Amino acid sequence: MAHLKTSKSRAERYDVVIVGSGAAGGMSAYVLAKAGAKVLMLEAGRHYDPQTETPMFQTFADAPLRGASYPGKPNGFFDATVGGWVLDGEPYRVQKTGAWTDGAVDNRMNTAQNFMWWRARMLGGRTNHWGRVALRMGQQDFKPKSTDGLGFDWPIGYDDVAPYYDKTDQIVGIFGSKEGLENNPDSDFFLPPPKPRAYELLLQRGGKKLGRPVVPARMAILTQPKPGRAACFYATSCGRGCAIGAAFQSTTSLIPYALETGNLDVLPNAMAREVTLDPQGRANGVTFIDKQTGKEEHVSARAVVLGASALETARILLNSKSGKFPQGLGASSGHLGRWLTDSTGTSLGGRIPALENIPLHNEDGVSSMHLYAPMTPALQREAAKQGSPRGFYVAWSGGRSMPGLGTVSSALKLAGDVYGKKLKEEARRYYGSFVDLHARGEMIPNAKSFCELDPERKDRWGIPVLRFHFEWSDAEVAQVVHAQKTFADLIESAGGIVDREPVKDGRKAMTAGGSVNHEMGVARMSARAEDGVTNPYSRLWDCPNVLVADGAVFPSSPFKNPTLTIMALAWRACDSLLAGLKDGSISAPA
Amino acid sequence: MNPVPLTRREAMRRIFVASALASFLEVTAFGLEEGLSSDPSLLKKEIPWPRTMTDAEKRAAGALADVLIPADDHGPAATAVGVVDFLDEWISAPYEPQKRDAKVIREGLAWLDAEAQTRFGKVFAAATEEQKTALVDDIVKQGSEARKKGYAFWQLFRDRIAGGYYSTPEGWKALGYTGNAPQAEHAGPPLEALKHLGLA
Repeated sequence: MAHLKTSKSRAERYDVVIVGSGAAGGMSAYVLAKAGAKVLMLEAGRHYDPQTETPMFQTFADAPLRGASYPGKPNGFFDATVGGWVLDGEPYRVQKTGAWTDGAVDNRMNTAQNFMWWRARMLGGRTNHWGRVALRMGQQDFKPKSTDGLGFDWPIGYDDVAPYYDKTDQIVGIFGSKEGLENNPDSDFFLPPPKPRAYELLLQRGGKKLGRPVVPARMAILTQPKPGRAACFYATSCGRGCAIGAAFQSTTSLIPYALETGNLDVLPNAMAREVTLDPQGRANGVTFIDKQTGKEEHVSARAVVLGASALETARILLNSKSGKFPQGLGASSGHLGRWLTDSTGTSLGGRIPALENIPLHNEDGVSSMHLYAPMTPALQREAAKQGSPRGFYVAWSGGRSMPGLGTVSSALKLAGDVYGKKLKEEARRYYGSFVDLHARGEMIPNAKSFCELDPERKDRWGIPVLRFHFEWSDAEVAQVVHAQKTFADLIESAGGIVDREPVKDGRKAMTAGGSVNHEMGVARMSARAEDGVTNPYSRLWDCPNVLVADGAVFPSSPFKNPTLTIMALAWRACDSLLAGLKDGSISAPA
Repeated sequence: MNPVPLTRREAMRRIFVASALASFLEVTAFGLEEGLSSDPSLLKKEIPWPRTMTDAEKRAAGALADVLIPADDHGPAATAVGVVDFLDEWISAPYEPQKRDAKVIREGLAWLDAEAQTRFGKVFAAATEEQKTALVDDIVKQGSEARKKGYAFWQLFRDRIAGGYYSTPEGWKALGYTGNAPQAEHAGPPLEALKHLGLA
């Protein structure tokens, strides 16, 4: 068993077929294969090997256009993602100034296009380029409605997930520190965090003046080695991928670990279309398109795990129409595709004059922030008084990071019309003195934000595509205003000067829906079948041998980035699936 | 898969093997017709479009670039690190932002040479250092005729040239960037940096 080059080399049937190879699919494959199940993983994109494909020490001069973005690589040349906002022949439909149109590459800070969808088409999916922010949800995050009456409670709580956070932390490897902050659970398995950078120490000191905790970030980046993975050597950006496996990607951890059992087959270039049912209404496999031949194929399995990313999973379910489920599998309660959320995003830049001409030193670190400002329930209650009931955390970039094409632009703007030796002096003076603060905030699920199948459009494989309805509510708009004010307070209390006044109209400084890449909620779990799509163990109420392993099951969208929770929930759900298949409580084909 | 924790030394060895391998591998590019692929090899720099700057444009660009970024104690002049070739690559690219830049920069370089001809009887590149400096000073002078004609170009040109310069290892050194080198630990700011900030 191994990486399969073509669909011909696969077995006819498996115990479980998994759609997707990222956080959800990777973790599911790991848990199921370790337990002895025979597993086939379908990946819609190509095979990808970070060990041989990652540009680890390449400079921007080693890239076309000094690494600038271009239509085929919207995050710049070195971004690990194969994919992006637009995929050739695979459209999705969005609303732009009221009319339906194909989703396009757009400025994420422009909400004229109501939704943007970042898709990877590669082994490992979006784990290959994600921010690696790994925050546990707290008990309050699982029970938002009980806390303030808004949104929806989860049918499970922190205690249900905590053992799986513990297990996930040990496999993934997360640095952090025990802080004892309410609703920001610590881990017993944190790796030591890297030391703060100079500008981060100033923000921390500023936070202290404001009564806002600034503590070590929690990131899925190794500061000590793990099996087959080296510790970070504090150079080159994690967004390029990580050839040494220090920055977590499923392709250097979960998938090789699962392959090692001999129980996993991986089939790339396999575009899943639908889950198929046997006459008793039980899932019996997946129909997919072999992209290399263009032919439709079917693989049989006793159970199906969907980890295609929330929206692609919803699309597969909506397309799994049958006599018993004419609106799609999982659609019986009417919740499939609904309650779509993303995190809010907003940012504000500034500069801290104390950093000018600082003695030279290497500030590369782990390439993302070493400290961040979490939100506590006390701060959240303060924000609620200003119309922003839900939380956000503040993170940042800045300091003496690897200079690229745009690095000295702000310095030159400040310096005025200088040239010659003066230009070089001024560039040297200001380099590293800028900071950029950003927030990731919680969106309350609303009835106006959902996805459905487009009535006409199909992709190049003949599969109906999604279209998106999306609206931020007043709560998110107010949250952005509050975050902007918080940025300015932090920058100024750190001795800095903001680039501009904090925005008073949140809509002018917030990300387009979907553009933070935290899509969640379109197949939410629920305590009762009529309230959601899956049960509290992430299996379809309609069809219990189908498991939804990705962010689609999230009933709400806390300001903790979802990937860690996706992996913990996938592990928990796979344990339950295995137990149910074994004791016969889950009905499945023989 | 290696069953034991991977050491940094072994990890580094693998990277260099992989990089060396990549330069021999032919990777099939697909995707956008005339531009860069959406799935290029990230280990190779291949520019599919022809460079389009004329020799005259290159001479003018190089001369102006070196006035803006001359050699000093911290590093070489702009042309010494290939910024003209970068500019040629940039303004020849088949994308809208680069096409917009190309129009401004091409017209600006032509204007610069014409202006030098009028003032000094020779193209900008052939002018003396004093003449070049005098013209640039006039471009940035508030209210000058030269500013009206040449300032937008000068600003964009300076931004692109500085970007091209400071994204090279030589430019990094000139700026004071000391990273992109593997470290056993992230040391954090040294004592003298903390003192600079009043934190020690």
